[in-house]
Amino acid sequence: MEQFEITAYPALWEGLGMEVARFEKSRQMLSEMYRKIYLSQLNRPAGMGYFDALMAEIFGGRIEEMLAVKRAGRPVVGTFCVYIPEEVVVAAGGVCVGLCGGSQGSIPDAEKVLPRNICPMVKSAYGFKAARICPYFQTVDFVYGETTCDAKKKTWELLDRLVPTHVMEIPQMKRERDKVLWLAEVRDFKAKVEAVAGAAITAGDLAAAIRLINDKRRALQRLARLRGVRPSPISGKDALLIEQIAFYDESGRFSRKLNELCDELEGRARAGGGVAEAAAPRVMVSGTPMALPNWKVHHLLETAGAVVVNEESCIGSRYFKDLIDEGPSRLDTQLAALTERYMRIDCSCFTPNDERVEQVLKEYRQSQAQGILHYSLQFCHTYNIEEIKIREACEREGIPYLAIESDYSPEDTGQLQTRIEAFLEQIREASC
Amino acid sequence: MLIGIDLGSRAIKLVALADGAWRQSEAQESGFDPRRQALAMLEKYPASRVVATGYGRHLAQRHFASEAITEIKAHALGARHLFPECSTILDVGGQDCKVIRLDRAGRVVNFQMNDKCAAGTGRFLEIMAAILGYDLEEFGAAALSSRHETAINSMCAVFAESEVISMKNLGLPPADIARAVHLSVANRLAAMLNRAAPAGGPLVFSGGVAKNPCLVALLTQQTGSQVLVPPAPAMVGALGAALHALGGA
Ligand code: SF4
Ligand code: SF4
Repeated sequence: MEQFEITAYPALWEGLGMEVARFEKSRQMLSEMYRKIYLSQLNRPAGMGYFDALMAEIFGGRIEEMLAVKRAGRPVVGTFCVYIPEEVVVAAGGVCVGLCGGSQGSIPDAEKVLPRNICPMVKSAYGFKAARICPYFQTVDFVYGETTCDAKKKTWELLDRLVPTHVMEIPQMKRERDKVLWLAEVRDFKAKVEAVAGAAITAGDLAAAIRLINDKRRALQRLARLRGVRPSPISGKDALLIEQIAFYDESGRFSRKLNELCDELEGRARAGGGVAEAAAPRVMVSGTPMALPNWKVHHLLETAGAVVVNEESCIGSRYFKDLIDEGPSRLDTQLAALTERYMRIDCSCFTPNDERVEQVLKEYRQSQAQGILHYSLQFCHTYNIEEIKIREACEREGIPYLAIESDYSPEDTGQLQTRIEAFLEQIREASC
Repeated sequence: MLIGIDLGSRAIKLVALADGAWRQSEAQESGFDPRRQALAMLEKYPASRVVATGYGRHLAQRHFASEAITEIKAHALGARHLFPECSTILDVGGQDCKVIRLDRAGRVVNFQMNDKCAAGTGRFLEIMAAILGYDLEEFGAAALSSRHETAINSMCAVFAESEVISMKNLGLPPADIARAVHLSVANRLAAMLNRAAPAGGPLVFSGGVAKNPCLVALLTQQTGSQVLVPPAPAMVGALGAALHALGGA
């Protein structure tokens, strides 16, 4: 595994119209980063081998699979948010791929056009398309954006010049009339997907897709439960990687492989085997999503001796905590059940959103964490402001708490390291 | 002897304890090679145990220290030792500032550090003093002597510099400008205190900047708390590290 290398596919990249020379550098950098951050870990479960292999094929093998779907006339849809219902795309025989940007590398490209003072995730994603250095962006038929936050919805207008970008209006509140709007938006989305697929989605298709994605979410729930065991059988970095890969991989295969890994972890847990030393502080991370390859905070935490046991985030529990009711068998009732499930996602873009505070406390208990680190991307107003309520709740409950606001640049690493170490000292003192 | 050594971004500070009591202390510039510098300082003391803190704590641990603790913990230990009744610590050093809140038992319950920029740090005050042609001591004294009541607006060193220069060009007395700079730093620190430690209670003000009499006066006024300044405010972190060595010895 020391030999890990992300496979290069120069001819494929050329065919996708990418900046090949530049992308080759990113490939080398990411390989290096992965070796350093992932393969240096001790005591990794054998089942991570599948995810390492998937990482190695992230710029090629997986792209070829998606291109095959496309050649068969099925839609390949890029998304940025867990509110876009992937079940609909899967029902049409297509695939969904998460395009959220988690890398500093494409930000200078974005800043040639976009203002600097906006969310790095939005900048990173836009930069990937603008500089043509993401094979997924080059593969998708279209992208589906959403109106959750200002940075996103205004960037979609510009992104649309580079790749067809449709926007789903996500309401900001959860009243009856908002539900009506939402359902109408889901229907529009379905119509768009059907137009690309050239065929109507049947109730049977949708039922199968709902089961498939529910199974994926169930497998992720199982992983989350296993991380709640003391000592945790898997590192937070590995778990985060799996949650990130959930947005790229073919769902059926992903669930199978993840369940195999969970079988192995169950064996470990029964034998009392932890991935870190038993006294390692258990930290839960809550807040904005960490898109691949944003492993910064987990790496700092685990290098300092902690083990991360939960991510209350969209690349994390917000993606898999709720399932769609599999009972309904007619399209209209299925779509209603689907919309109802999506409305339970507790993103800070909603007001009020107090159910998220409850959810954070619930996951804190379930994961047997000993402290909460709130992570917010820079300039993400909704999470940064909602952080106040999370902090108040932690103070009330006597939960050790640290809030971090950061971007993708390595600049603040030294300071973050100090803050994280002090936080771990605080947890250790509180628990002795 | 038990040694606490604080490897800061600009200076290295050392406190030596013998029989549990403060024996000696010294401070040196970090220089280009902080490891060499620290080793040269340590040579003078027959140490049984060295605990490092500060920015260079991991470097120290790799080479000569038996343990490393963060600045947060070190300041909590040091400040509590000097002032057992304190509940909040404000530390303003050369390149950063932090607020630490303690519970009754002296454990850290919350802390905040400034973001990436120089605002509200010793460096900011140095730059402003230099523009006005003061050395640091004169700067604080001048500000203390003025009755000026409005702060400068900018906390970014670059913008603040042009703001100060235009005040100079308007013919404002340097002492008033000095006061304006101090007011803005004090406002920022008070806001940070209020966020991290709204509870009040006796406040320990540490770090080199705590020698500035005008800031002490302004902070007392703005927080309504009793502001306690240790006799050697820059040594609190090193003292805390030495006390940790004592606890772990
Ligand atoms: S944080 Fe909100 S806007 Fe971002 S992906 Fe999650 S649900 Fe969508
Ligand atoms: S992290 Fe915040 S600012 Fe960034 S895209 Fe998500 S909601 Fe918008």
